[in-house]
Amino acid sequence: MAFVANFLIGLLFGIGLVVSGMSNPAKVLNFLDLAGPWDPSLAFVMAGAVIVAFIGYRIVFRRPRPLAAEEFHLPKATRVDGRLVAGAAIFGIGWGLGGYCPGPALVALGLGNLSTWVFLAAMFSGFAAARKLAGTLVPAGRRA
Amino acid sequence: MTEFTPIASLLGGGLIGLSAVLLMAFYGRIAGISGIAARLLPPYRDGSTLTAVCFVAGLVAAPFAVELASGNPVAQEVSSNLPLMAAAGLIVGFGTALGSGCTSGHGVCGLSRLSRRSMVATATFMASAFVTVFLMRHVVGG
Repeated sequence: MAFVANFLIGLLFGIGLVVSGMSNPAKVLNFLDLAGPWDPSLAFVMAGAVIVAFIGYRIVFRRPRPLAAEEFHLPKATRVDGRLVAGAAIFGIGWGLGGYCPGPALVALGLGNLSTWVFLAAMFSGFAAARKLAGTLVPAGRRA
Repeated sequence: MTEFTPIASLLGGGLIGLSAVLLMAFYGRIAGISGIAARLLPPYRDGSTLTAVCFVAGLVAAPFAVELASGNPVAQEVSSNLPLMAAAGLIVGFGTALGSGCTSGHGVCGLSRLSRRSMVATATFMASAFVTVFLMRHVVGG
């Protein structure tokens, strides 16, 4: 049951990315290009997503626990640290280079572009590299 | 040139938000795609790998569901510069793992929880992406 539910929730997320146009890197890059043919669509995607999640989370968190799990797994980190800022800054560079963030790249996996597959293979290598490095660092954002 | 699509984008964004709410409501999890995707890598210690596989399979199936429903192919204009896409992927993977999140985890879920870390992360990756695109399109590629 959990497997089917996770598939359907992922499907809904992916349909949202496709319907919003964000699975197309050209649309993302045109949002990020303020000095070019600016396409403000991405701001509307963020607005739609945050409005629904902001209200929805408030309803969800009224319950002591999730409907199908023991507890809410919320990030424990609270501190803004160098690792967070450096990671976000690095991510933004890659996002601006290719127009893909992780969600849209996975949505495009089956669309048959070699570029997408190269991006995804490299992205998983990036996860592994950061994990290797992070093994030598303190956990993200925790107070020592 | 891409067409400005305020209604479709707002609606699609709403579906993304709804998916994030459902994942939290049922399983108490943040819908952060970089984090979910990273769970596909070893070590496989608990049952969370299989649920991550199912979630990612849903993402992959999405364009086919939309094509089936709408009858139109899903637009996909991506650079064919493979070294550039390899560098982009490596940087995105490294950065999101180091910074504990991407556009969905920090941008959608974190902002909706009013997390200070996510606000800082989102402002940072937006700024760095704006600068990168400006440099690539108007300085390097100009």
